[in-house]
Amino acid sequence: MGGPHGHQLHFHGHSRVHRAPAHLKILALLAFMLVVVATPRGWYPLYGGHLAALVTVVLLSRVPPVYLLKRMVVEVPFVFFAILLPFVATGPRTEFLGLTVSESGLHAGAALLAKATLGVLASLTLAATTEPQDLLAGLARLRMPVLLVQIMGFMVRYLEVVTDELRRMRIARESRGFTARNPRHWPVLARSFGALFIRSFERGERVHLAMLSRGYTGKMPT
Amino acid sequence: MHVPDGFLDAPTSVATGVVAAGVVAVSLRKARAELDDRTAPLAGLVAAFIFATQMLNFPVAGGTSGHLMGGAIAAVLVGPWTGLLATAVVFLVQCLLFADGGITALGTNVLLMGVVTVAVGWGVFRAVQTVLPKTTAMVPIAAGIGAFVSVPVASVAFVGLYAVGGTADIPLDNLTTAMVGVHLLIGVGEGIITFLAVGSVIAVRPDLVHGARRVLAARELEVRTTRAAA
Repeated sequence: MGGPHGHQLHFHGHSRVHRAPAHLKILALLAFMLVVVATPRGWYPLYGGHLAALVTVVLLSRVPPVYLLKRMVVEVPFVFFAILLPFVATGPRTEFLGLTVSESGLHAGAALLAKATLGVLASLTLAATTEPQDLLAGLARLRMPVLLVQIMGFMVRYLEVVTDELRRMRIARESRGFTARNPRHWPVLARSFGALFIRSFERGERVHLAMLSRGYTGKMPT
Repeated sequence: MHVPDGFLDAPTSVATGVVAAGVVAVSLRKARAELDDRTAPLAGLVAAFIFATQMLNFPVAGGTSGHLMGGAIAAVLVGPWTGLLATAVVFLVQCLLFADGGITALGTNVLLMGVVTVAVGWGVFRAVQTVLPKTTAMVPIAAGIGAFVSVPVASVAFVGLYAVGGTADIPLDNLTTAMVGVHLLIGVGEGIITFLAVGSVIAVRPDLVHGARRVLAARELEVRTTRAAA
């Protein structure tokens, strides 16, 4: 079970951004993104300002920009959508790069692209500089219900165990010569889901019993 | 697919966030009734399970693939309130630790892919269950139908939110046709996979399936009096 600290997106470091209290980072992310989302489209200099502020934080965090850029692939589907917008939106037409496109769609697409990119980059920065347990403590300080923090804690703690279980099942399937190629193979995958659910649920029951035997009364010891 | 930041305007994002927080608060109390003090570990593991199922892609025709949204299957397997809690936590973790789905769109994502799919999936499941015969064999069928319906309904809810707080003026009828058309197809996949997966759990551990409880409770002890095989 060895492996690096933290989670998939975490980048180990000791910068000022890494050391900042997690609850402040979450609030800052939320406030920053609310401002970004509320920025009217067309105010492009202001988007430049947002980006500059974000880049400053990234530089302060000393997380290599390439590390973050590589992980921005989650945004790809929305890039397609943003590129599509000028063609499907209605309203007055305008010329852009030799194509006739909807003017409002063009602006909306550009604004969506800018906002989504800022959002992904800002979220990545938080994820890269904050360890899961700090994040949980931060959420608890922000008065998120204790039970919800606990559920999230268990999810984060067992995420890799469960996904590893799924990976082992895949290796087992493939070592028997199975590759899912078309919908005819769905029953096999669905049985994996069923098995994974039973294993996860039973693991939850075992964890609960183990906790009870260590004196769990509904609150986590701190 | 998660809604990113900036897809809906700020007032709509805040409003969906408030509604989602309210629903989560209610389900926190109701889930205790479903799971008592086992809530934290079990809902956490169920959330990890849903996260994992969203990672397993199943192949669709022509080299494309899709994955489960998981709201309906969670509702049938662990009950609507726990299912809701688990899906909401999945979106929270995806947003904060995986940068998947914007933080201002968190409420929207929880509402659309958590609350709507769980509520519709469970509602349809219960409705179909009252019509079908009360046997364990019918539970996966009802679950599959619930899952199938939940996906297009979630896409209609998305169009509704977009009509209120969308940031581009796409003609709504076009958007509705495209969204519902695509999601009917996705719903077929979701329905079939849910049907098969719930069936495989029922075959091994029917007691774990929340949606099968009434059927199991109504089942009478059967004493077979045929001679034992020699």
